[in-house]
Amino acid sequence: MKFIWMLLISAIIAGFISISAMFLIWWERKVSAHIQTRLGPMRVGWHGVLQSIADAVKLLLKENILPKGADKWVFLAAPVVAFAPAFMAYVCIPFGEAFGKTLIVQDLNIGILYILSVTSLGVLGIFMAGWGSNNKYSLLGGMRSVAQMVSYEVPVVLSIVGVLMLANSLSMVEIVHAQKGMWFIMPQFLGFFIYITAATAEVNRAPFDIPEAESEIVAGFHTEYSGMKFAMFFVAEYTNLFTISAIATTLFLGGWLGPKVFHPVIWFLIKTYGVVFLLIWARWTFPRLRVDQMMEMSWKFLVPLALVNIGITGIVVLWLY
Amino acid sequence: MTTKLSLRAEGEAISPQIETEEFFVNMGPQHPATHGILRLLLKLDGEVLQEITPYIGYLHRNFEKICENRTYTQVIPYTDRLDYIGAMNNNLGYCIAVERLMGITIPERAEYIRVIMAELNRVASHLVWLGTFALDLGAWSVLLYCFREREEIMNLYEETCGARLTYSYMRIGGVSSDLPDGFVEKAKRFVNYCRPKIDDYEALLSKNAIFLERTKGIGILPKELAINYGVSGPLLRGSGVQWDLRKEEPYSIYERFKFDVPVGTNGDCWDRYKVRIEEMRQSLKVLEQALNDIPQGETLAKVPRVIRPPKGEVYFRSESPRGELGFYVVSDNSPKPYRIKVRAPSFSNLSCISEICNGWKVADIVAILGSIDIVLGELDR
Repeated sequence: MKFIWMLLISAIIAGFISISAMFLIWWERKVSAHIQTRLGPMRVGWHGVLQSIADAVKLLLKENILPKGADKWVFLAAPVVAFAPAFMAYVCIPFGEAFGKTLIVQDLNIGILYILSVTSLGVLGIFMAGWGSNNKYSLLGGMRSVAQMVSYEVPVVLSIVGVLMLANSLSMVEIVHAQKGMWFIMPQFLGFFIYITAATAEVNRAPFDIPEAESEIVAGFHTEYSGMKFAMFFVAEYTNLFTISAIATTLFLGGWLGPKVFHPVIWFLIKTYGVVFLLIWARWTFPRLRVDQMMEMSWKFLVPLALVNIGITGIVVLWLY
Repeated sequence: MTTKLSLRAEGEAISPQIETEEFFVNMGPQHPATHGILRLLLKLDGEVLQEITPYIGYLHRNFEKICENRTYTQVIPYTDRLDYIGAMNNNLGYCIAVERLMGITIPERAEYIRVIMAELNRVASHLVWLGTFALDLGAWSVLLYCFREREEIMNLYEETCGARLTYSYMRIGGVSSDLPDGFVEKAKRFVNYCRPKIDDYEALLSKNAIFLERTKGIGILPKELAINYGVSGPLLRGSGVQWDLRKEEPYSIYERFKFDVPVGTNGDCWDRYKVRIEEMRQSLKVLEQALNDIPQGETLAKVPRVIRPPKGEVYFRSESPRGELGFYVVSDNSPKPYRIKVRAPSFSNLSCISEICNGWKVADIVAILGSIDIVLGELDR
């Protein structure tokens, strides 16, 4: 029975994530358009809502191009390797409560640890793409992304340690339950700030979109990719965007908790899309950092700040709680 | 036992350490940040630039030779295609050069119209520059904002001469047609509309920590180097040289207007950015004065049907948005110019790139190239 429940939920969530990624692509295009005094997609469906589907169909029909001199299997496997971890993270993200059950595929007792380790696998796919393409821009992009993602892993992990100390658990469901009195963004606003900054860098979004900086290295690691292989990178990117927003919601914004005006699932989605909106807003406002400045920001600013945050949280938890 | 790789010299041992080597990247001719079709050959050590060589000529259209087979008036449309971002200023430079050769004085109203058009064009050109420069640094939205304001200028131009990019509006002896009804009011409205917008761009960029990091101290062009390379325009002023031909050798009626020439101190990307932002404000100031003082009257002087300048030569230089734009015109008293040589500011400005880029990272090269503000149409001619 439990297995069927798990299967059902995972099927629902997998379906939801795919649609959500498409929705996010449309939404980002719309939000960016309105930020930039444009209209964005308007033709396909009402205000262009079906644009992503049209694009997906177009990409599906495109020719499968394998560049000369590319490392064939590495080149072909890279999109899948980047794509799979993005979906794997959803095993332990709780979407809410319904019928007295938590909507989660599997409430692992090491939930957040699992998510962090799985999402950091995505960098492998990006580096494979950069290496396998036999293109110098791709190689530069791949090098940049490895440096970036590895160094931003550290502040991401450190920033959530404070939350774990307050919640006393690694399980995502337990963390949400621990926020019944007060959302963790209040005591952990520093942690929230560090998490959002570092997570943006980890999913390669502006102002940290250095691995795919189009004005410098054309399209970085996915310069040589087209058609469905490109689409997989693209969907993985937007799935990751949703993932980090969902994690931020769960850890800092009380997950599905909220006044009984809406259903818990609706609350979860409102908060998550709120965080997504914040990230989209930042992307269309800030210029891009340079690769060394970005590393400096991680090691000289975010990591020390996260350590200070952990220290203060530790003192408070030990003596004042 | 020693193993040998075929690429190695005979007897050379393979070192146990990991070796690194420089590699070459062809940036361009097709690349998002080369502003046209410029090819830069980069020698990179990882991300750090060792050597940069610009290769030009991909947009060469033989402008100077074509002109020898066209009449003096027929040359005007070709000048549009030199610096297509600042086409009005090119029209202006060429027309004044021929007028000086022939000794024509043009009507007062035409002079005012020319200054208004040239300064509107300068604002439009700097707006394009600002948008693309911000885009090179990764700030997308500024581009769209700049183009929104530029659109207003384009609309004004369209009303006046029907064209939005290649105007061919100026004629030898004046301008092709008078301003349309209500132009002055609309232009005044634009000046008042544009001024707060420039403050908006500054709010978006000048106080942004990332933008400061990316521009301050990057690509420093020292004063002496700039002068030695014949650099001109905002690039030269960014390096701290007070040199603006509108002030130094006033042409048209520029000596009547009050405006300042902004200069930088360090000669880095930030100074060049500040100089151009300030120049837009000064251009609006000139526009305001010109729009207030514009007299009524003729817009085209009495010139002969066939323009046949007396035997002789003239070199006239004007301040285009990119710097010193010179037209050297030689006449043999025939209806066609004997020789036209263009001194394009972009060409001299780009030449200094191999001196100022070394040691910077790939991302900085894009910023430096963006801050130089080249137009390939004028560079390759």
